Amino acid sequence: MHPTESNFSLRFFPYSDSAILIEWPEEISEAILQDIRAFKFKVAKQQPCESVMAYRSLLLIYKNKIDFKETVKTLKQLYQSREFLNIKPKQWKIPVLYNHKVGWDLEAFCAQKQMSQTDLIRLHTSAVYRVFAIGFLPGFMYLGGLEQKLWMPRHSEPRPKVPKGSVGIGGQQTGVYPQESPGGWHLIGNAPVQLFDAHRKKPCPISVGDTIRFSSISEEEHELITIQVKSGIFQMENLQEHA
Amino acid sequence: MLRVIHPGFYTTIQDAGRFGYRDIGVPVSGYMDAFAARFANALLGNQPEDAVMEISLKGPTLMFGINTRVVTYGAEAHLKLDGEIRAHCIPFQIKAGQSLEIDTIEKGARLYLAVQAGFQTEKILGSRSFYPEITHTDKLYKNQELMLKETEFLPSGHAHVKHDDSTLTTNLLEVLKGPEYDCLTTEMCKKITELTFHVGHENNRMAYKLEEKISENKVDMLTSPTLPGTVQLTPSGGLMILMRDAQTTGGYPRILQLTDTAINILAQKREGDGIRFSLLN
Repeated sequence: MHPTESNFSLRFFPYSDSAILIEWPEEISEAILQDIRAFKFKVAKQQPCESVMAYRSLLLIYKNKIDFKETVKTLKQLYQSREFLNIKPKQWKIPVLYNHKVGWDLEAFCAQKQMSQTDLIRLHTSAVYRVFAIGFLPGFMYLGGLEQKLWMPRHSEPRPKVPKGSVGIGGQQTGVYPQESPGGWHLIGNAPVQLFDAHRKKPCPISVGDTIRFSSISEEEHELITIQVKSGIFQMENLQEHA
Repeated sequence: MLRVIHPGFYTTIQDAGRFGYRDIGVPVSGYMDAFAARFANALLGNQPEDAVMEISLKGPTLMFGINTRVVTYGAEAHLKLDGEIRAHCIPFQIKAGQSLEIDTIEKGARLYLAVQAGFQTEKILGSRSFYPEITHTDKLYKNQELMLKETEFLPSGHAHVKHDDSTLTTNLLEVLKGPEYDCLTTEMCKKITELTFHVGHENNRMAYKLEEKISENKVDMLTSPTLPGTVQLTPSGGLMILMRDAQTTGGYPRILQLTDTAINILAQKREGDGIRFSLLN
């Protein structure tokens, strides 16, 4: 992702008395995500706030009450004066075991789509997914870029318990459940990685703006990685995206 | 040290919250009624953000292993120290070996127990606030041991603060417009400020659902950041108010935003209680 020179028209909204919501045009777009990300890094250097970014939004949350007008004035100046963004997004490889034992909906999914499991795995592992947001659960990624042939409305009734690491498809999105939770997505596999660990120095290595690829692994590799994760020696692969 | 004899209905340790991790989906958490929790700390001369015990519906029984001083604030319940009645909102001393029993809450929903120098449970990502998968436990359990700090007794100079129970008695929640307020129709806006809403069965540290529906809506929006105190309009037309443990993003229109004081007031409501909204801007 290169920073762009484009200046979007932004909406600044006083969201509570200690937060400012900044909104870009309402669409799913790599250019917008990249613009938000560049701005976020700039803001982080200058403003005493934490930030949450998602799709077309950047929320800046301050510890105390703020003077909305003054702060927006500063932020607007900051937006106009952006420089080249040096922090490249990371590209992560997440190993996934695709089979019916861990992917409870794999067979039904393929039957409904009239597609072989091999084709499903090929389609799911060939795409590069962009992380558009992290939320719902600590470390839960909203991924964009799912092949249209794999779109599938979510289950009408969510399951009360989806196992940790489950890889699913819901609507036009795909993702990994970082912990056991209720969930309505179609489960097609399991990623034995620890996407969130509160006891790590960096609890979630992945940031909004990064990219993800899934790679198909065997049952033996799944077992091995599970052991490596438990003993703390597994490192998720990350390749700096080539600019 | 303190040993949990009975955990009560739903008891947790909470401080001011977990800041700086919302970008990776970690809720801010922290005491639901921040006013009451801070007041309890002030009565003991603690720091405002020291960790307190948050007690819901039915209180716990706790055995103290050290000499200390405690106070309760917020929701009201009968207290007994080794069988002897103690007053709400007035600090009192506890000797090592004594048991404190906190009965069923009679007024309000959340009672805070502060202890001299604050509870010293594990601090994870900068906070002691309980949260599943982050702290080792999400609520108190039988025979759990909690660390306390032995301190010298301070003179109880704060003991005569007038008890302010306005957060328990009022039902008016002051709100600001939320980011999607403008997608409401005039009729919906009218309903919001004129109706009395009632707290539904589903009400907890994550969210409060309200009984009344205002109107179905088909607003389709991208997942967006949310805050504690955000009032979301669900597709069926119901209102869901996010609380301290709420997820950091959501896909429903954010029509209103409670002020800090309004969040504290709502935190003291339970199923069936009526509330009204007062729009500030």
